[in-house]
Amino acid sequence: MKSFLSGNEAVARGAFEAGIRLAAAYPGTPSTEILENLAEKYRSIYSEWSPNEKVAFEVGIGASLGGARTLVAMKHVGLNVAADPFMTFAYTGVGAGFVVVSADDPEMHSSQNEQDNRFYAKFAQIPFLEPSDSQESKDFVRLACEVSEQFDTPVMLRMTTRISHSKGIVEEAEPVKVPNEGFKRDMNKYVMIPSNAKKRHVIVAERLEKLKKYSEETRLNFVENNGSSTGIITGGIAYQYAKDNLPDADYLKIGFGFPLPIEKIRKFVNSHNMTLVIEELEPYYEEQIKAAGIMVEGKKYFSRLGELSPYKVALGLKEAGIIDKVEGTSHDPETLFPRPPVLCPGCPHRGPFMALKKLKVPVTGDIGCYTLAVLPPLNTMDTCICMGASIGNAIGMEKVNPNENGIAAVIGDSTFLHSGITGLLDAVYNKSNITVIILDNRITAMTGGQNHPATGYTLMGEKTKEVNLVELCKALGVESVREIDPYDYESTLEVIRTELKRPGPSVIITNKPCVLMPKRVMDRPYKVILEDCNGCSACFRIGCPAISPSKEMTPRNHPKAVIDPLLCTGCTICAQICKPEAIVLVDEPAVVR
Amino acid sequence: MNKSLTNVLIVGVGGQGVLLASEVLSEAAMLAGMDVKKSEVHGMSQRGGVVSSHVKFGPKVYSPIIPYGQADIIVSFEQAEALRSIEWLKSDGLIATSRTRLVPPIASGGKFSYPDDPIAELQKKVNRVIAIDADKIALEMGNPRLVNILLLGAISGELGFDGSVWDRAIKARVKSKFVEINLKAFARGQELAEQTRKISA
Repeated sequence: MKSFLSGNEAVARGAFEAGIRLAAAYPGTPSTEILENLAEKYRSIYSEWSPNEKVAFEVGIGASLGGARTLVAMKHVGLNVAADPFMTFAYTGVGAGFVVVSADDPEMHSSQNEQDNRFYAKFAQIPFLEPSDSQESKDFVRLACEVSEQFDTPVMLRMTTRISHSKGIVEEAEPVKVPNEGFKRDMNKYVMIPSNAKKRHVIVAERLEKLKKYSEETRLNFVENNGSSTGIITGGIAYQYAKDNLPDADYLKIGFGFPLPIEKIRKFVNSHNMTLVIEELEPYYEEQIKAAGIMVEGKKYFSRLGELSPYKVALGLKEAGIIDKVEGTSHDPETLFPRPPVLCPGCPHRGPFMALKKLKVPVTGDIGCYTLAVLPPLNTMDTCICMGASIGNAIGMEKVNPNENGIAAVIGDSTFLHSGITGLLDAVYNKSNITVIILDNRITAMTGGQNHPATGYTLMGEKTKEVNLVELCKALGVESVREIDPYDYESTLEVIRTELKRPGPSVIITNKPCVLMPKRVMDRPYKVILEDCNGCSACFRIGCPAISPSKEMTPRNHPKAVIDPLLCTGCTICAQICKPEAIVLVDEPAVVR
Repeated sequence: MNKSLTNVLIVGVGGQGVLLASEVLSEAAMLAGMDVKKSEVHGMSQRGGVVSSHVKFGPKVYSPIIPYGQADIIVSFEQAEALRSIEWLKSDGLIATSRTRLVPPIASGGKFSYPDDPIAELQKKVNRVIAIDADKIALEMGNPRLVNILLLGAISGELGFDGSVWDRAIKARVKSKFVEINLKAFARGQELAEQTRKISA
């Protein structure tokens, strides 16, 4: 059967076909849809959102040792969180097949860096497979399980945003039957005390030699011979960009990327006048090929920054003298206003950021929708490093530079549960004078609305315990924990001001849900009475997409405001800050929305 | 470049249904027996930012991305976004846009402002422009979210698929309770494009 699947949907299908029995992940763009699809379409697989990637990885290890084929999925920076179990699981080896999906984000469409996780596989000395389209995304899951079991090693499936979020036609297959052999006790193999780990490291080195031989022979690394004098070594999405430009060159396509098939590469390079390496991000292939004494060129022509594209590859090929001209014009964007992403109309995060802006205190930030507060017009975030960093950042900043007006750390509910709890513990333990604001919208919003330990539901839709954030913070030793309604601007401002000045750590928790998920929040909209609007632009500065300048001008030629009744959720924040009181409830409900 | 491919770029603002439109178009191309790939980016960029989806179909598609200057058709759900996207258009390509005007808070005067008449600017630079009041018509039809399928109807004549292919694609990709109204919107889009063609002929 043929289906039109994204790379992520294809990985989920591949997991089903490979006989995977457990999958665990924490949501993160561009990996999120893998587990969402598993939970929706392949209910026979136990799938869970874990509180973070490290836990997901450890749950996965348990399942693999327990005899079940297992998949864990995360974005590239998620593997940093899971790096501890990842590096040592490379030593113990697996029970049943284990696949870790690393979905990298070249171009940082939705990430804080664009690290190239192919190096992680090399670092841990485990194999990685890299698909170039949806069909391979599906097929490679099963192949990864087979490699994992054959060589007793975890295997990485390296995806990128463009592979994860592009769709293509996929031929589906029947699932394989995998025997369930249960957990086999083997303390020498699985208990990594130094004496055992030393022995396992020897096995890792021996395994690497076997994998090198496999890499030379596997059909995952294949030559496409079209009788050209130009050879291209490539893999992942870069293969497609190269094919767009040079359909008739000769290719060595790398699907099994660590260890590299160095002898196959040597033979390929020797039989071509010129060989180029086309790879996205870092010169991962190129460095290893050159280190083996093989002459190729790559990053001389193709940028190591951002995503490649058909156009960027064409530019590189022209510079290398392979093609004469580049079709299409250069990227010369119209001098048009930008349209940056913004907090949604009615977003409950808006009020707290307006208050923080007014209070002018340092704001350490975190990863989530609320990171958008750094952009105009709110411009109210001073740091954003990684999941959970806001709290540690604030602690350090306050220790070296005590500020009587206080320092605020802003973090979302899902991010707090992911890796903010330990930071807050440090704030209590080491007597920090910071205020942590947990923007609790009861969902993992930025990634599209996933459940987490405080929502009361599991990934598979079962009802479960909801962690109580207030009690949790109190149990950690925070003496002042206050809940606020973020739509009540005056009291939000007042509580934040008071808590910032309070000695010792304090926590403020907002109590209104995301307006998009799980339910769309839509109250009666507000409107602007044009006669009363004085064009002061205060409502433009709150960054609500429902408010825009109308064509009506004040006598001093400032635009008056207008509210789109289809977008307005009736959150009332703009009405609360409108000095001339020109923003009022509409008389009757507008059109059906 | 592969000359036998058809490249369609769909652009709009987060929440306007760019992804659904590209799903329906891809489904139609697949039902018409072609190889299809499409690409878009999810996540942070979708919060009220620009959303674009690349759809490519033909006998064999390699990369899912349209190079600059290679789109046969651009479908835009917002008039300034149509203007922003023209570097993707082929020299003889078609732009079909809704007259929808979404002014972001950042273009509220000061450093940036929204162009007075993006469609007039578009017409200066591009020979083939279809502009329709898709937002008003969608509202008249009872659902402002029909802009995307209206526009798809407006360009459908360019692609040469059987009418039945579009019917099946809409039924396959649109939630069942919205199928009927979407089929109507699609037909309305076809009519409007037809009228525009007659006027300009």
